[in-house]
Amino acid sequence: MKLPTLREIGTEAKLLLIGIPVFIWTMVPIYHMFLFAISPKEDAFAGKLWPTHPTLNNFSIVFHQQHYFLRDFWIQFLNSVVIALSAGALTLMIATAAAFSISRLRVPGGRWVMNLALFTYFIPAAFLAVPMYRTMGNYGLLNNHWSLILAMVTIASPYAIWVLKQASDKLPVELDEAATMDGATTLQLFRLVYVPLMMPSLVAIGTYAILLAWNEYLYAFLLLSKDTEITLPVALGNFLAADDSPWELLMTTGFIYALPPAAIYYVFKRYMVGGLTAGAVKS
Amino acid sequence: MAITLSGDHAIASPPLSARLTTPQVWGIVLLAPYILVFLAFVVYPVGYGLWLARHPASYVALWHDPIFARAAVNTLIFLLVGINIKMAIALFLSGFFAQQRTWIKWLSVLFILPWAVPSIPTILSVRFMFNPEWGVINQLIFKFTGEDGPNWLNDPTVALSMAIGVHIWKSLPFWTLILMTGRLAISHDLYEAAEVDGASWSQKFRYITWPSMQTLYITCTLLSMIWTLGDFNSVYLLTGGGPADLTHVLATLGIRYLRLDQLSLAMASIVCALPFVLPLVYFMMKRLSR
Repeated sequence: MKLPTLREIGTEAKLLLIGIPVFIWTMVPIYHMFLFAISPKEDAFAGKLWPTHPTLNNFSIVFHQQHYFLRDFWIQFLNSVVIALSAGALTLMIATAAAFSISRLRVPGGRWVMNLALFTYFIPAAFLAVPMYRTMGNYGLLNNHWSLILAMVTIASPYAIWVLKQASDKLPVELDEAATMDGATTLQLFRLVYVPLMMPSLVAIGTYAILLAWNEYLYAFLLLSKDTEITLPVALGNFLAADDSPWELLMTTGFIYALPPAAIYYVFKRYMVGGLTAGAVKS
Repeated sequence: MAITLSGDHAIASPPLSARLTTPQVWGIVLLAPYILVFLAFVVYPVGYGLWLARHPASYVALWHDPIFARAAVNTLIFLLVGINIKMAIALFLSGFFAQQRTWIKWLSVLFILPWAVPSIPTILSVRFMFNPEWGVINQLIFKFTGEDGPNWLNDPTVALSMAIGVHIWKSLPFWTLILMTGRLAISHDLYEAAEVDGASWSQKFRYITWPSMQTLYITCTLLSMIWTLGDFNSVYLLTGGGPADLTHVLATLGIRYLRLDQLSLAMASIVCALPFVLPLVYFMMKRLSR
């Protein structure tokens, strides 16, 4: 075995000198959340770095909705799931159709629509929230899940169309020509040629839209307010209003809420990194 | 005669359906859903919002509201200080994560977490860590020094710095990843040649890395500026704009006015940011729609 040279050890030490602070910086807030989730209340509030008696009791309280703040945990969880999946599905449908139309059918004015979509992508989300809130009121959609679903579709679509258009442009024109020669109609071309070839990008975009809607706080907090209509992040935010918030339960709920996106991210990582970093994804 | 007339007429202006091919008709049909969404949830709200912000009195009221002035300054600090620190660290770390080491690969998997998980639980976690009585930070300070730690979020300067810190924590992984992609695209031959010539670490950065990444870096910085302007969570969830409304940024200020039912002020405060946002948007669109 070859022994490392002094120079190699030096390089490794320098890298560790960067790596260790990076690790601590990244993990501390997440570890703190996890620590609260597995700590009984006394341990959590005593500033311990590891609980004397680790417990899953907090999870049991959350799952059985055994606290005033958690009365509607499961329905709020379900609201989050329904809204994220609907926003994901709707974004995919609208954006795929638009990208196909702009890139493959070369519809007149397509470039214009593309630019308008890009423009929307750059409007800071919190700025659009103010007029969007009023508009949803005018449409009579406040406190209705559709308001949040449609808001998320509005925010996710521009980037989705842009990424899908970039990917569509890379498909060879000959494919469309060959299919048309064989007598395929436009819709068959879309369904049988375009969608199957675009699958990796569609997975990336669908995941992006689902995560965007699942993680959204501001729009959810503005557009929904009834306890049985709100999503999990809004419920978490409502904990803050009380003086005696049960922080260990807040952190447990937060931990449960943060798990799905982290899991989805790691499952679809290869699609996400390939499909999304091509442009730049909204953080 | 009648036939000729109708023939002339058809040539002068054929019906729309005759001028479009079938695929083009399908193109319009398939594009329609997005156009409807765009009209209903972008054009109408923005137009309506601008109409609400049309009274000069709103801008006078804003100008006299000390909270607005403070929020504008805070936003500038966020953009100029926060983003430059963030992007500089991202540039530095992109070099670190580009190193071929197994443990660095594993670290990068963890490093993505802040970006992958939603902001609300993690920001609330930070908020509790700095709770003056029960938070772990002050508990540790007490344990080691026997003295009470500071009330972190009670000082507007400290609270704003912490909000910037939270913002960096959340978005650093994303920009590091993007800049790393840029770094990995640089030809390795250049570095090898420089190595042969005995170039130092800083020379390699100055003459190879930076020139290749300059454009990407600037684009990322500008894009990050636009998105940071829309970052509501970092400030709202950590400080709620407090203490005494001194840590608001424009993103939280608009929502604050909205909650106080002062809609024209909410819109006016956003309109005030447009002269800064629009040039950035224009530049980004030019770059991305090439």
